[in-house]
Amino acid sequence: MTDDTSRDVAPGTTRMQRLSTLRPRLLSFARMHLRDNAMAEDAVQEALMAAIEKDATFAGRSGYETWVFGILKYKILDIMRHQKRQGRLQPLEDESDDDAVDRQFQLNGRWNDASRPDRWGNPDTLLDNQHFWKVFDACMVALPDKIARVFSMRELMDLSTDEICEILEIKENNCWVILHRARLRLRQCIEEGWLKGDSR
Amino acid sequence: MMMCKEATRLMSLRLEQPLTPREKLSLRFHLAMCGACRECDKQFTLLHRAGEKVRSDMEKSDQ
Repeated sequence: MTDDTSRDVAPGTTRMQRLSTLRPRLLSFARMHLRDNAMAEDAVQEALMAAIEKDATFAGRSGYETWVFGILKYKILDIMRHQKRQGRLQPLEDESDDDAVDRQFQLNGRWNDASRPDRWGNPDTLLDNQHFWKVFDACMVALPDKIARVFSMRELMDLSTDEICEILEIKENNCWVILHRARLRLRQCIEEGWLKGDSR
Repeated sequence: MMMCKEATRLMSLRLEQPLTPREKLSLRFHLAMCGACRECDKQFTLLHRAGEKVRSDMEKSDQ
């Protein structure tokens, strides 16, 4: 019996091909979180290098793509922690009002006519529609940095608010406030781009 | 009486942690009467599902 791990550690051609197929998807995911092309490129590059270097440690318990995606998530969180430590993120303890959200409501707390939520149609059809995703991406980009960061960590990375609070060093209540704002801003932006956009 | 803005806060919070019985009740009551908030609730849920789809598409194997 030969010990598998003692053999050549470079991945075979198939896995190299799978990595290059995966690359654009990794890049768009990293962009959504880091909101900076160069930084996203770096994160993906590092994740791909790590996947190649650690190929022998891929145990096959999960799918290969899932494993590589896991490495990328780890890299992204690493970068976020680093940015936090360097104070390169806007402060997140900002409890001030959010005008874009306030404008959706009247003073008495009822919806303003212009922003009253409309029907979006069948969710399954929507999630399979490319135009919907274009609008979604554009609306993510339009979110202010700190709101986008909390939303993407929560909804795209599926971290708990506990984990997000720990990484960003914010209070849980603050996290909830930011998520509420993110959802209200996104829903309005998507509704404008999706329902009222001309290229359906 | 709870208004729409507060109702959306509870809809969002509900995606993070269970609401208290009182919160649940007042949200249910509001949703029963307010069509716009029912749509908003569906939209928040859809945003949540969109995140799930982003992840599952990432992990899709092309093999």
